[in-house]
Amino acid sequence: MNLDFSPEDNAFREEARAFLADSYPKALREKQERGEPLGKEDYLSWHRILAEKGWSAPSWPKEWGGTDWTPTQKYIWSEEQARADTLGILPFGVAMLAPVIYTFGTEEQKAKFLPDIRDGKIWWCQGYSEPGAGSDLASLKTRAERVTGDDGKEYYIVNGQKTWTTLGQHADWGFFLVRTDPDSKPQAGISFLLIDMKTPGVTVRPIITLEGGHEVNDVFLDNVKVPVENRVFHENQGWTCAKALLAHERSGIAGVARSKRGLERVREMASTELADAGGSLLADAFFKRKVAELEIDLTALEFTELRTLAGESSGKGPGAESSILKIKGTEIQQRLQELALEAAGHYGAPFLGEGGHNSGVGPLHSIDTAGDYFNGRKTSIYGGSNEIQRNIIAKMVLGL
Amino acid sequence: MDFSFTEEQSMLRDTVASYLADNYSFDQRRAALKAEPGWRPQVWKAFADELGILGAAFSEEQGGLGGGATDNMVIMEELGKALVVEPYLPTVVIGGGFLKHGKPAGADELIGKIIAGEAIIAFAYAEPQGRYTWSDLKTTAKKDGAGYVLNGHKAVVIGAPYATHLIVTARTGGGQREAQGVSVFIVPKDAKGVTTRDYPTVDGFRASEVYFENVAVGAEAMIGPEGQALPLVEKVMDEAIAATCAEACGVLRQLHEGTVEYARQRKQFGQPISSFQVLQHRMVDMFIQLEQSISMTYMADIKLNDSDAERAKGVSAAKVQIGKACKFVGQNAIQIHGGMGMTDEMAIGHYFKRATMIEAAFGSTDHHLARYETLSLGKAA
Ligand SMILES: Cc1cc2nc3c(=O)[nH]c(=O)nc-3n(C[C@H](O)[C@H](O)[C@H](O)COP(=O)(O)OP(=O)(O)OC[C@H]3O[C@@H](n4cnc5c(N)ncnc54)[C@H](O)[C@@H]3O)c2cc1C
Ligand SMILES: Cc1cc2nc3c(=O)[nH]c(=O)nc-3n(C[C@H](O)[C@H](O)[C@H](O)COP(=O)(O)OP(=O)(O)OC[C@H]3O[C@@H](n4cnc5c(N)ncnc54)[C@H](O)[C@@H]3O)c2cc1C
Repeated sequence: MNLDFSPEDNAFREEARAFLADSYPKALREKQERGEPLGKEDYLSWHRILAEKGWSAPSWPKEWGGTDWTPTQKYIWSEEQARADTLGILPFGVAMLAPVIYTFGTEEQKAKFLPDIRDGKIWWCQGYSEPGAGSDLASLKTRAERVTGDDGKEYYIVNGQKTWTTLGQHADWGFFLVRTDPDSKPQAGISFLLIDMKTPGVTVRPIITLEGGHEVNDVFLDNVKVPVENRVFHENQGWTCAKALLAHERSGIAGVARSKRGLERVREMASTELADAGGSLLADAFFKRKVAELEIDLTALEFTELRTLAGESSGKGPGAESSILKIKGTEIQQRLQELALEAAGHYGAPFLGEGGHNSGVGPLHSIDTAGDYFNGRKTSIYGGSNEIQRNIIAKMVLGL
Repeated sequence: MDFSFTEEQSMLRDTVASYLADNYSFDQRRAALKAEPGWRPQVWKAFADELGILGAAFSEEQGGLGGGATDNMVIMEELGKALVVEPYLPTVVIGGGFLKHGKPAGADELIGKIIAGEAIIAFAYAEPQGRYTWSDLKTTAKKDGAGYVLNGHKAVVIGAPYATHLIVTARTGGGQREAQGVSVFIVPKDAKGVTTRDYPTVDGFRASEVYFENVAVGAEAMIGPEGQALPLVEKVMDEAIAATCAEACGVLRQLHEGTVEYARQRKQFGQPISSFQVLQHRMVDMFIQLEQSISMTYMADIKLNDSDAERAKGVSAAKVQIGKACKFVGQNAIQIHGGMGMTDEMAIGHYFKRATMIEAAFGSTDHHLARYETLSLGKAA
């Protein structure tokens, strides 16, 4: 047991901190603080700065542009980013798809896609869920039939509907699960396809979420022609890729560093809001108790994550333990949003609205606390709902 | 012991319910909120003329139907079920409450206008710094000849954009948080020196930041005793909270029923998700929260006519239960709907938003828990 940071680690922390202070775009930070909706360029601008530094894909193997950081350094990096309130890099390309490509893809696929993912040149979206296939992902119905084109090359013709496609409105490419064999049992007969979103027959339609934002979409696939070389891994064995990807999707989901920063913000907020009894809200017995409890729960999550990390660095892959991180991580994020909304008092009520037309009402820290709270309900639903995570632990860990 | 409603109250409920069923679908509501002015004056007119409900809680001498708080609650529960944004609470419950209990000069005339649907009231009590301490007032009303001059800033005044009158709390004396020195005024919204900054709220209402700059009112604008109006404010607030609890029961009922209905229809893993025991138990717990909320709302209604301390205790207890239920039932309704629960298109999210705003309305769960503790255990305990 040793949690001390080595002199190298401390030096790395200094470097990371200085880099973030110097390089994070000021305009972006101001937009975040005002709660303004962010566009494609906002997300990509930071990705590109990181890519230039060589830090856009820390968890990848070195040969494709990974950093070869130790788990401790990765941990420090996520802490420093959270401390500096930077945007995260969108997970779809870097954290989710890339591991599938470098693990299962062909050499051509690696050469074609990995550099662009690393450099933030392609915006990816995830086409897994369908209207009838949410928690029961393996029941997906989108069909891909193999045909030989007029050019003599082989293609899949894809038909179906995907839904909840996050930020699909900006996507250049998507990774999709499709059914290539309708006759075998659900998990078999699925293939993993990379689809250029500009291919004729792909239509993206917005879904507006309850807080008024446009983050998710329906994607309709109508006779979409996809070259066979855009399939990753073997035909009908896409489920292997899908599962590997989901494990990666979950491993980053605890969000400890971000929640620590979130907790600090709630403290800052509560220290300027006045409590009923006079004095600051942070001195209010009830509020203080909730903050303390949350801090303790966050510490428990942090040490559970550290134990998982230590296990990973000694060679164990992310297992069912990542379900614990998903459940507790999202619950803590949601409780933080609850506390922020509570601290906002009356000023939690104004609707920020599309375009942020209300940003002048109430103190800056209260703006859109309700929007964050409502939007935050998604975290216990997506990435495998928290009920499904509990089922996984029951089955895989407890053997029930 | 009898928890049933009178025949009149049952009729009132049916009248409101059937009008809303015909005129207040989720889509109609949504279209109205997206457009200007953000509410439907014709619905208000129908409340006044067609349904006659705006007078239900006023005495017959005042031109009403002779009902009281219970009638308000019957109506509010139905309004909650349809997520009605038209200003029954601020106008009839709060405005009417101040006029009934405060008996200012001209009260009967204004009540007449309320019943006719001509006067619409918003209650400007909160201030940016004040949180839920009603006596925390920077807004001042200085004596000027026979009248007063108001200055100050009121925060998140629900319904102010469509109000004809504002009921305003202001200091005529005393220090910023003192109980002494609190007075209440009724001010026409078009009075000189009143300006507003209007905006929508997350649950579909319209609200304003209201600014008073040297607003001159006559002596007849004062409601209740000068400088001693805090008990009146608390009484009216408690009635408003009880009515809001009733509204919440309507909201919670829809959240619960909508979720059960959805879970029965939504299939995953080849079966309705309602067959998963973990969700069944969750829906049972939601149901228990709903039933407990209804019970506490009745309790609060009964205590409204009790002594000040008993009334306050009963109302705060009910608000605590309602606040917890709104959180539990609301969050789980979304969770059990999965991705569909996150969409603006489905009604469920809008009920969740209203439920969430009710949690904080007129004091959060913690605020009322603290108030209850003080009333029940005394300050020293
Ligand atoms: C904001 C948002 C973004 C998303 N982004 C993407 C994306 O980019 N790409 C993508 O492919 N998908 C995405 N999703 C989809 C997400 O993965 C699904 O919403 C999720 O898998 C749940 O599926 P569902 O919504 O169909 O809910 P359902 O599967 O219908 O579940 C409804 C409820 O039933 C519960 N339930 C279901 N089965 C069981 C069971 N066996 N035992 C106990 N409880 C059960 C669930 O936990 C949930 O509470 C996103 C979703 C959201 C809300
Ligand atoms: C102090 C005490 C006094 C008692 N007095 C009497 C008495 O006077 N006369 C008498 O006849 N009996 C008496 N009982 C027995 C009592 O009725 C049983 O304990 C009770 O019915 C539970 O049965 P069990 O203990 O066998 O638990 P089990 O039935 O084995 O249940 C174990 C656990 O599984 C859960 N469980 C079981 N089935 C389900 C399901 N379908 N879904 C979800 N969860 C489930 C239970 O809720 C429980 O948590 C008494 C018990 C106690 C503890």
